[in-house]
Amino acid sequence: MANKVKTAFLLAGGCAGCEMAVVDLSEKLVDALEHLEIVFWAPTVTDVKYKDLEEMEDNSIDLAFVDGMIRNTENLHTVEVLRKKSKILVAFGACATLGGIAALGDLHTNEELMEQAYKKSFSTDNPDNVMPTPEYLLDGKYDLTIPALLPNCSTIDQVVDVDYYVGGCPPHPSFVGQLVGAIVAGDLPPAGSWLTGGKAVCDTCKRNPALTGQERLPIGEIKRTIDGRPDPNTCLLQQGYMCFGPVTQGDCGASCLNVNIPCRGCGGPIPGIKDFGARCVSTLASSMENEAVAEQFIDKYNDMAKMFYRYSHTASKFNHRVAQRKEKAA
Amino acid sequence: MSFMPNIVGFACQWCTYAGADLAGNLRAKYPPSIKLIKVPCSGRVEPEYVLEALANGADGVLIGGCHFGDCHYKTGNYKAANRMKILKKLIEDAGFDSRRFRLEWISGAEGYRFAEVVEEFTKELQELGPNPLKGGNGNGK
Repeated sequence: MANKVKTAFLLAGGCAGCEMAVVDLSEKLVDALEHLEIVFWAPTVTDVKYKDLEEMEDNSIDLAFVDGMIRNTENLHTVEVLRKKSKILVAFGACATLGGIAALGDLHTNEELMEQAYKKSFSTDNPDNVMPTPEYLLDGKYDLTIPALLPNCSTIDQVVDVDYYVGGCPPHPSFVGQLVGAIVAGDLPPAGSWLTGGKAVCDTCKRNPALTGQERLPIGEIKRTIDGRPDPNTCLLQQGYMCFGPVTQGDCGASCLNVNIPCRGCGGPIPGIKDFGARCVSTLASSMENEAVAEQFIDKYNDMAKMFYRYSHTASKFNHRVAQRKEKAA
Repeated sequence: MSFMPNIVGFACQWCTYAGADLAGNLRAKYPPSIKLIKVPCSGRVEPEYVLEALANGADGVLIGGCHFGDCHYKTGNYKAANRMKILKKLIEDAGFDSRRFRLEWISGAEGYRFAEVVEEFTKELQELGPNPLKGGNGNGK
C-alpha cells in the first residue's frame, strides 16, 4: 500500500519504557501495521542502524517518535538527524518533553554522577577504579569510542523543533493510535500542541471532594506515604499527602491515585503552565493552613527541587540555565 | 562606576506600590535599581514569574505585600507567604543563591521603609555581583 504512514521510533536518553508501552499494544499494534510502515525503530526493536537513518532522504519519514532526553553526544546527533528526515516529530513521554527522572542528574555535576555510578554505589564492584572514557585505544591498535556525556541534559525541544508533545511515564499507547488516525484522516492539531484531554488528574480522580459536594479545607498536617496508609477513598491532599494532581494532565485516568499513590506529575503540566514545579509550589502552598505547615512540609520532604521537578527539571528555563552553568560553577 | 543591580519588583497595588509613591512624595532617596511592576496583590505573584525573571538575568527579585491582617483580599498575603517560603527553599535546592529573592511587607504608609528595603537589597546584590544566569539569547536554548 503506497499511502502507509512511514513511522520511526528513536530511543534517546531514556529507559525504553515508552517503547514497551507501544509494544504493549500487542495485537492492536499488529492491526495498526495496516496503516503503518515502520521504517526505523532503533536501537531497541528493529535491526536498523543509525547509518541507515542518515542515508534516508530528508523529509521521507511521515511520523517520528522520540523517547528519552538529550543526555550524550549520540542522543544529540541522532535526534538532529531524525528531525531532518521527518515531517512530524513527536516528543513521546516525560523525558522527551520535560526531562524526566534522569534529568534530576542536572542537580549534580557530571563528576559527582560518574563517582556515584562507577565508584560509590553499594552495588559497584570496581577495585581498579576503571572509569569510562569517550575514547580508548585497545591493545594499542583498536580505536574505540563511546558517546560522551554532555555537560547538562536537554529536552528534545531545547535542541530541535518539536511538533507534538505526549506526556506520561510511560505515555498511554492510545496516543500513537490517535496520531496515526489523525494523519490518515489529514486532521492534525496545530503544531506545538500537547496531545492531551486537557483535564487535570483531579478531574479524572475518584477521590475528588467535588464529586461528593465536599468543600476543600486547608491542610493542617503534612504527611508522607511512609507515615502510614492513606484512606483509599479520600482526597490525598485533604489527608495531607502532597499530590500534584491539580496541575498535571489527567490522561492517565489518575492511575497512581487508584493505587493509593500521590501524583508526581509525569503527565506534564495542564495547558497554560510554563513552569510545572513553580506552579505546583503555588498550588500546594496556597492549600496549606499557615506558614508553620509550609515549614513542616519543607522539613518532611526536604529537597524542594527534586520534589517539585521530579519529571520536569529540564523543561524549566530557570533550571536549564542553572544546569548549563553548573560545570563552570563547580 | 560600581555595579548597579537590576531588581524586578512586584508591588501590591494596595500597599507597597502606594508606599513607593509615598517614598517619592517624601523625597526619600534610594538607588535607581528597582523596576516596579504593579500587581493586584502579592498573592497574585506566581512563583513562575520569579523564576522567569531570574532565568532572564534579573539580579534580584523583590515581592512587596501588605502586612498580615491588612490584605485587601483578606488572605492573599498569607498565601504569598506560604508560597514564597517554599519557593525560596526551591531556589536554593536548585543550585541558585536564594538571597537574590526577597519577600517584604511594606504598607502604603511606609515610604521610608520602602526606600530602606531597596537600598539594603541593592547593597546586598552589589556584594553578590551580577546574576550568573545573565547572557545567552534569552530563550533558554
